[in-house]
Amino acid sequence: MTTTRTQARAPRVGESALRPDGIPKVQGRFLFGNDLWADGMLWGKTLRSPHAHARIARIDVTPALAMTGVFAVLTADDVPGSGVFGLEQADQPVFASGVVRYVGEPIAVVAADHPELARRACEAIVVEYEVLTPLVDSQAAITAAAIHPDGNILRHLVIRHGDIDAIGDVVVEGIYEVGMQDQAFMGPESGLAIPDDDGGVQLFVSTQFVHADRDQTAACLGLPPDMVRATVAGTGGAFGGREDICLQVHVCLLALRTGRPVKMLYSRDESFVGHVHRHPARMEYRHHARRDGTIVKVEARVVFDGGAYASTSSAVLANACCFGAGPYRVPNAFIEGWAVRTNNPPCGAMRGFGAVQTCFAHEAQMDKLADALAIDRVELRLRNALEPGDTIITGQRITGTAPVAAVIRACADAPFPAGAELDPDSESAPMLLRPGGAGRTADARHVTRALGFAVSYKNLMFSEGFDDYSTARVRVEDGIATVHCACAEVGQGFVTLAQQIAREVLDIDEVVLAPADTHVGSAGSTSASRQTWMSGGAVEGACRLVKAQMEADAAAGTVQRVYEATFEHHHAPTQRLDENGQGDAHVSFAFAAHRAVVDVDRDLGLVRVVDVTTAQDVGRVLNPVQALGQIEGGIAQGVGLAVMEELVVDQGRIRNASFTDYLIPTALDMPTVTVAALIEEPEPGAPFGAKGIGEPPTISSTAAVAAAIRAATGRAVDRVPVRPDDLLF
Amino acid sequence: MTVLAPTDLDGALAALAERPDATVLAGGTDLMVELNFGHRRAGVFVSLRRVRELREWSRVGDELTIGATVTYTGLERGQIATLVPALAQAARTVGSPQIRNAGTIGGNLATASPAGDTLPVLSALDAVVVCASASAGRREVSVHDFLVGPKRSALAAGELVVAVRVPVLSGPQEFLKVGTRNAMVISIAGVALVTDAARGGLRCALGSVGPTALRAADAESFAATAVEWPSRRATPEAAIEFGRLTAGAARPIDDHRATAHYRRHAVEVCARRAFERVTLR
Ligand SMILES: Cc1cc2nc3c(=O)[nH]c(=O)nc-3n(C[C@H](O)[C@H](O)[C@H](O)COP(=O)(O)OP(=O)(O)OC[C@H]3O[C@@H](n4cnc5c(N)ncnc54)[C@H](O)[C@@H]3O)c2cc1C
Repeated sequence: MTTTRTQARAPRVGESALRPDGIPKVQGRFLFGNDLWADGMLWGKTLRSPHAHARIARIDVTPALAMTGVFAVLTADDVPGSGVFGLEQADQPVFASGVVRYVGEPIAVVAADHPELARRACEAIVVEYEVLTPLVDSQAAITAAAIHPDGNILRHLVIRHGDIDAIGDVVVEGIYEVGMQDQAFMGPESGLAIPDDDGGVQLFVSTQFVHADRDQTAACLGLPPDMVRATVAGTGGAFGGREDICLQVHVCLLALRTGRPVKMLYSRDESFVGHVHRHPARMEYRHHARRDGTIVKVEARVVFDGGAYASTSSAVLANACCFGAGPYRVPNAFIEGWAVRTNNPPCGAMRGFGAVQTCFAHEAQMDKLADALAIDRVELRLRNALEPGDTIITGQRITGTAPVAAVIRACADAPFPAGAELDPDSESAPMLLRPGGAGRTADARHVTRALGFAVSYKNLMFSEGFDDYSTARVRVEDGIATVHCACAEVGQGFVTLAQQIAREVLDIDEVVLAPADTHVGSAGSTSASRQTWMSGGAVEGACRLVKAQMEADAAAGTVQRVYEATFEHHHAPTQRLDENGQGDAHVSFAFAAHRAVVDVDRDLGLVRVVDVTTAQDVGRVLNPVQALGQIEGGIAQGVGLAVMEELVVDQGRIRNASFTDYLIPTALDMPTVTVAALIEEPEPGAPFGAKGIGEPPTISSTAAVAAAIRAATGRAVDRVPVRPDDLLF
Repeated sequence: MTVLAPTDLDGALAALAERPDATVLAGGTDLMVELNFGHRRAGVFVSLRRVRELREWSRVGDELTIGATVTYTGLERGQIATLVPALAQAARTVGSPQIRNAGTIGGNLATASPAGDTLPVLSALDAVVVCASASAGRREVSVHDFLVGPKRSALAAGELVVAVRVPVLSGPQEFLKVGTRNAMVISIAGVALVTDAARGGLRCALGSVGPTALRAADAESFAATAVEWPSRRATPEAAIEFGRLTAGAARPIDDHRATAHYRRHAVEVCARRAFERVTLR
């Protein structure tokens, strides 16, 4: 028997390329950061605060140090460099000293020759606390006594646009709330640090921004940045939860102190206090419109609870406010935003980055407005949809593509997929697929089906003057191309994309992706839907340099064996928002529409999301299968926020820090996802015309599901996640 | 760490008698979680996996004896499902396929969680738990006495759950479970309802709304007269009243999973629906 293996041409840009890590992850063969191993390594463990707010009266580490097998116990006194770190402002202590500001704040770390011993050594450390009253109310935090030397206001942003006193014929108001969502990524935080002979350290860490890790870690270690050699270790997801550092400084400190490799990994419950979450938000809205449905003005006041430390709260708030009126022509706006410090768990980046919260509010408002005007909800959105050339509420003109009407039409007009018809033959639907699922609680007659619609937009790349460039080095040797870029692969698909781009430009089939590390320039963060544009562009640029050199040499008859080029890709510069929240703060925008069909058990208040249909502005699809993956995954997270995903925080303490009680959608909760259209209008300035696609699926899917539940129940549904009680009592 | 793997019941009982420090390991779906979280420590395990007697079930007359290590998958599929449908329905609500392949009915009993999903069904069936130890031999305990409180059972040290005995009844059965996810969720309220057509009655028990499974005695007495036997005819008003009376038996608490108010309401709704499913207009 002969087997023929067709040598398929490896996928280029625009073709489906399968992830090399996909099947290993499903089969349990993928090496995550927590699988890292070095001979003779020690295990690090963190002692954390049990209190949301307390003074530390005394720390005594001697009982832990006295234990055989314990090699180091470190506290704030042992940090040689900066005692504080942070992505935007260095306000978070490496170890709490003097005061703790949230439950789970690190106080000390231990290195021992066994993880269990490290855990016991942590227990042996004596910490005396004077417990203080925690500040847990974000509204009260604005005026309350400061819980941090930098004060409680992380950012106060006011957007004044047009005539802020304008009045419409019709006014609708609402107050909306979003609970605290967790990224719940695969593979909890983990890292391995290995001391180098020159006093530096190698760090292997699950992260989404390896250069920021390096820079912050080096500053705290008191080392020059190039003495911290950081490499991205096998990372599950991230969704914003790995943008801030967590164990990076700790594990390096322990390695340098003990002179031995040290590994740290968080358990799942520790992970819930080990990274930042999506900001809970309280949002007051007032929309003004003319009788014909033209929006006159949007007023809003939003308060985002940043928790104990700044993280990226300031940028999250800016997004919440900038996109807080939705993808509509809004000539006049007054939006006041607060991001405040409390003794709740720290909040920061999560997929959608501020736009998710305000989208839930502005889309609820659009439905209210449509109803008050007796205009069809989709029609009202179409009448006000932004177009290229329009000015958004920050005074910025949209110079790129803005197919808002196209996504709305494609999504709203899409036929309902089988099983998600509005008038279903529900008697025949299996009980498992009704609200309550495997619990067998609903008969067909208890279920009401309804649909909801929502639209969103968000910036791509970092905003407000941030030069989040990316770097790529490309080497061609013996007909094989190697791409070296520090872009962290956290599921978004750079692994395939970098190869596709290199093949496309160089017309070479065999492309190797080198490990993402700090031996090459920064690629920036894998966030803000930016890596396809930024690092994709860097790879394209480096490949073009190599290609030009190869072509020139070929023409001159001086062909070399090795070609190498490095390219730094910068996006167009942006400005910081001024005192009126005006300015060209953003690079580019992406738009999406979602239509949700839900079934609600009217008496039990249980929900099953049946289908989410979407149309999305993508610029150009570079890898169809990966695009679909991002859309399905983003919708899963959006559905999760709508109906179940919430960290329940009581007096600063998370009460459901485990997958037993922090619920994320299962296969029975996941709706069918129907892609009505991917709108491919190439974005000027974007490599291959492609926009980022990672965040939009999450943003308006939550709002669409909430709208559908509202339609099914007649309830306000002014808070997500929706709880059964909210639909009944 | 030592894992003893006896191949028959006597061997298992002997191992437990010899090693009083041993922990019984069945499917491990509760135990391994406790060990991983450091809530419990153990160095010696007696694994029940190879003990043939415990894996089997048998029917004698109108009584079914289900071995302690019969898994949820075993309950859910095959003949047990037609003989005791409520048990199969409850089994299907447990965890994920992986958990159902590993988790056992004996483990659910021994854990005695207020949210154990087979427990309201066993309570409604007036099941009998067969226990055994090397020193005290076999004894039979009514499930009502076996379940003492939250995570507390009548098992003595060194004693195993060997089997559970349930009647094969004629008439429909229902198990409904409320959770805020459509699968793999800890129950926030559960209702088991079995009809006993021969004796002309309904038996109803509740999960997750009290320290252990609770019986809804008032609702049961109401059903004895409100339902016409053996035709099982009942009025719509009777269903409403049955739901109301059942909710009266609940003793729910507020926690991060649900409010007591909602739990009681959910019991009322589920009991009404279960009643409607097992009766005829
Ligand atoms: C992800 C997940 C989801 C779950 N979902 C549910 C759910 O939906 N509903 C539900 O009710 N439960 C659920 N559980 C809990 C668990 O699966 C059940 O309680 C299961 O029945 C336990 O059985 P086991 O065989 O795994 O017990 P094990 O974990 O092996 O043992 C549990 C305890 O019982 C003791 N024990 C076990 N067998 C015997 C015996 N024959 N005699 C004496 N002692 C014994 C053990 O020593 C131990 O203390 C879930 C667990 C997990 C991890």
